[in-house]
Amino acid sequence: MSDLRTIKITVLRYRPEEEDAPTEQTYEVEFRDDWVVLDALNHIKDHIDGTLSFRWSCRMGVCGSCGMMVNGEPKLTCAAMLRDYYPNEVRVEPLVNFPIVRDLVIDMTDFMDKLKAVKPWIIREEEKPVSEGEYLQTPDQLKDYKQFSQCINCMLCYAACPVYGLEHDFVGPAAIALGHRYNLDSRDEGNQQRQHVIASKEGIWECTYVGECSVVCPKHVDPAEAIQQTKVATTTNRFKSLVMPWGNKK
Amino acid sequence: MNIPKHDVLLIGGGGAGLRAAIAASETYRGADIGVVSKVYPMRSHTVSAEGGTAAVMREDDNLDLHAYDTIKGSDFLGDQDVVEAFVKEAIDEVIQLEHWGCPWSRDEDGRVSVRAFGGMSVKRTLYAADKTGFHMLHALFQTSLKYDAITRYDEWFVTSLLVEDGRVCGVTALNIRSGNIHAIGAKSVIICTGGAGKIFPFTTNAAIKNGDGMALAYRIGCPLKDLEFVQYHPTGLPGTGILMTEASRGEGGHLVNSKGERYLSEYVPGKMELGPRDILSRSFIHEQHQGNVFEGPDGSYVHLDLRHLGEKVIDEKLPFVRELTRNYVGIDPVHEPIPVRPVVHYCMGGVHTDINGATPISGLYAAGEAACVSLNGANRLGSNSLTECLVFGARAGQVAAQHAADTDFADSASMAKMAQDEQKRIETQFFGNNGKERVANIRDDLRKTMEEGAGIFRTEDALKATCDTIRTLKERYENIGIDDHSRVFNTDLVNALELGYMLDVAEGLAHSALLRRESRGSHARSDYEERDDENFLKHSLAYQTDGDPRIEYLPVTLTRWEPEERTY
Ligand SMILES: Cc1cc2nc3c(=O)[nH]c(=O)nc-3n(C[C@H](O)[C@H](O)[C@H](O)COP(=O)(O)OP(=O)(O)OC[C@H]3O[C@@H](n4cnc5c(N)ncnc54)[C@H](O)[C@@H]3O)c2cc1C
Ligand code: SF4
Ligand code: FES
Repeated sequence: MSDLRTIKITVLRYRPEEEDAPTEQTYEVEFRDDWVVLDALNHIKDHIDGTLSFRWSCRMGVCGSCGMMVNGEPKLTCAAMLRDYYPNEVRVEPLVNFPIVRDLVIDMTDFMDKLKAVKPWIIREEEKPVSEGEYLQTPDQLKDYKQFSQCINCMLCYAACPVYGLEHDFVGPAAIALGHRYNLDSRDEGNQQRQHVIASKEGIWECTYVGECSVVCPKHVDPAEAIQQTKVATTTNRFKSLVMPWGNKK
Repeated sequence: MNIPKHDVLLIGGGGAGLRAAIAASETYRGADIGVVSKVYPMRSHTVSAEGGTAAVMREDDNLDLHAYDTIKGSDFLGDQDVVEAFVKEAIDEVIQLEHWGCPWSRDEDGRVSVRAFGGMSVKRTLYAADKTGFHMLHALFQTSLKYDAITRYDEWFVTSLLVEDGRVCGVTALNIRSGNIHAIGAKSVIICTGGAGKIFPFTTNAAIKNGDGMALAYRIGCPLKDLEFVQYHPTGLPGTGILMTEASRGEGGHLVNSKGERYLSEYVPGKMELGPRDILSRSFIHEQHQGNVFEGPDGSYVHLDLRHLGEKVIDEKLPFVRELTRNYVGIDPVHEPIPVRPVVHYCMGGVHTDINGATPISGLYAAGEAACVSLNGANRLGSNSLTECLVFGARAGQVAAQHAADTDFADSASMAKMAQDEQKRIETQFFGNNGKERVANIRDDLRKTMEEGAGIFRTEDALKATCDTIRTLKERYENIGIDDHSRVFNTDLVNALELGYMLDVAEGLAHSALLRRESRGSHARSDYEERDDENFLKHSLAYQTDGDPRIEYLPVTLTRWEPEERTY
């Protein structure tokens, strides 16, 4: 793989101490066939321009740090091969729908608040002491929520979501999917407590089912499906409570 | 002067740090806990652990067996009292994590499943498919969100430990987003900063694993223990070093050389692919010398063959392996063997602690990969280290909280002054001088010399050369220049500070390796091929001095298991 080729990488630059608005900068990078977009960014940082800032850590698609817009699409830059873009140039920009802190780094405070808002932990009326051993859960029960537990918090789905782009109160795909994951877990009894966030106006009902979140998700979490399932469950529950308003127990 | 203060302050939000934070907040009501992490906690490298976490869960297993496997795996350098406490507490810890929602893989009857792992004599490794670390970390992080007593400092980078009257009383940290240095006061500080694999060129470790916490402790006079022991994992992808989990062998995968032989029959006939990592990695080098390996653009390799497992088992038990090989090398393990070679993976050594995670310095604790509580000795068994994060994270959290209950905060004004001094030091060193040395160049040279001198096989001459090179690299570091002189999210500065940590850890490691004139576990000296219990059944302790580090020794704690020859 010694055959090196040269690719043009244009990155969005924004240094809040120096400039009022973002600019762009183009670098030429010689790359190996097995390089990903993130490798090119690291090459720039190490050998051409140390001032370029971006987040990364694992370089194996699991820590969720390196999401950016690559030629307009939200991507994990450690999983996007340069050769798939060559000979065209590659444009790298920070994830859209988030404020930019600097260069390719976005402000993710809002996302972190939303994660917490859906109470993503096991809620039980009574906790079983550890000395009594594990909760039994069959492989089928695990399967009910497993897919929704694969989220790496990369936020690509927020960058892809047209609703979140317009309506920042929207709880959004990953957080709803996470809440749904706990609702579906046989060990959990917290459905009611999550409902006021998930089934609120800013929750599932804001979603117009564009489905872009599921298209861009690198881990096949399918947040659109989580939203759809919750809508159905919530509607069924509401009808049930109309029929038997006193039978509201879980 | 107002500075933030916490009873217990965690440096690190990975598996060990989060477990410790929760334990500390449960130890006494009203305890106020801080967690400082240079990345958002769920980005910590615990996230990448694949294979599983060990505990005695089944009728065919018992505590003594887990203890013995661990001790033998450690080449008798593990402290046996530590191992005994570990195997016992491991069980409650993994169940606790189950109660916190970790999606463990399950048997048909609903119990958590266990799988085989290297060096473990029965199936005792719990797993969540092959994303165990990911699920454990997210379960811990999400659970930690419900504790109001825990305050997080996400993307804050610790630059030093504050010391007053011989005790640690807080840290200075760079708020990466603002670029300001702050003091954070604490009655107890726990280092949970993970390993240091990035001081080597070819590693499974993430960008953030530079030995920060080890160096922080070393700089205030705390010894680093058994640093010479570095684990090579036998199966990384050539080039990128991405890990192919040991679970792929636990599930029945084969290692095959270029002659089509399962060559491990020559080296570990009793265990084959489930032999311990140090021996498997050395076997690869022997095969290389005999010309029995494949050659590729990224060096030699052998094959990890999973084809006979079939698509169903691969998708159910090893989906991440399939995802990674497809994405990064364009290979589908259902149809093709995977090229693999040994890769730097884990640091057995670290900040010297006792069985509770306490260091010799008052107020300072450590847990997880950054620490050396002496569980792993000279070679860690796969799947013991995630459990280690839980067991000793919890212990350190509890003990640190108890210490905090009987201690006062140091004076705020003096801590604030120390933070100002730290800001000045950093500005002068990195912005003030017009140094010509680039971070990346020194870093590359460091990695190269570490591989040359402190790799799988080591010799006196090569180690001496590495020690000398590290000394000159430290001099070059004094003349460092960085491109970025701004404040907001200056990752150039962060990388430069990390390089300083890497140099310190590398120095301690190379000198400890030079003086250990024997072969034990992962430390293989071509010039001293035998284990030497007479002279070296002891831990090394590296202390920083103005010159080369001073190396002292500490006896190994033996309880019930006499050292014996280690064959499999
Ligand atoms: C690819 C891979 C697979 C593995 N698989 C397994 C397995 O199957 N089973 C097993 O038992 N073990 C496995 N291991 C080992 C195990 O995952 C690690 O040893 C363990 O997760 C380390 O956890 P930790 O909490 O000590 O550190 P980490 O998870 O690395 O966390 C370190 C924390 O410290 C913070 N930090 C570091 N420096 C600073 C600083 N200067 N300022 C502020 N914060 C800082 C970081 O932000 C991070 O939050 C694997 C390791 C790798 C690399
Ligand atoms: S749901 Fe998918 S795209 Fe959205 S944050 Fe999670 S992993 Fe990323
Ligand atoms: S660097 Fe971790 S997901 Fe890309």
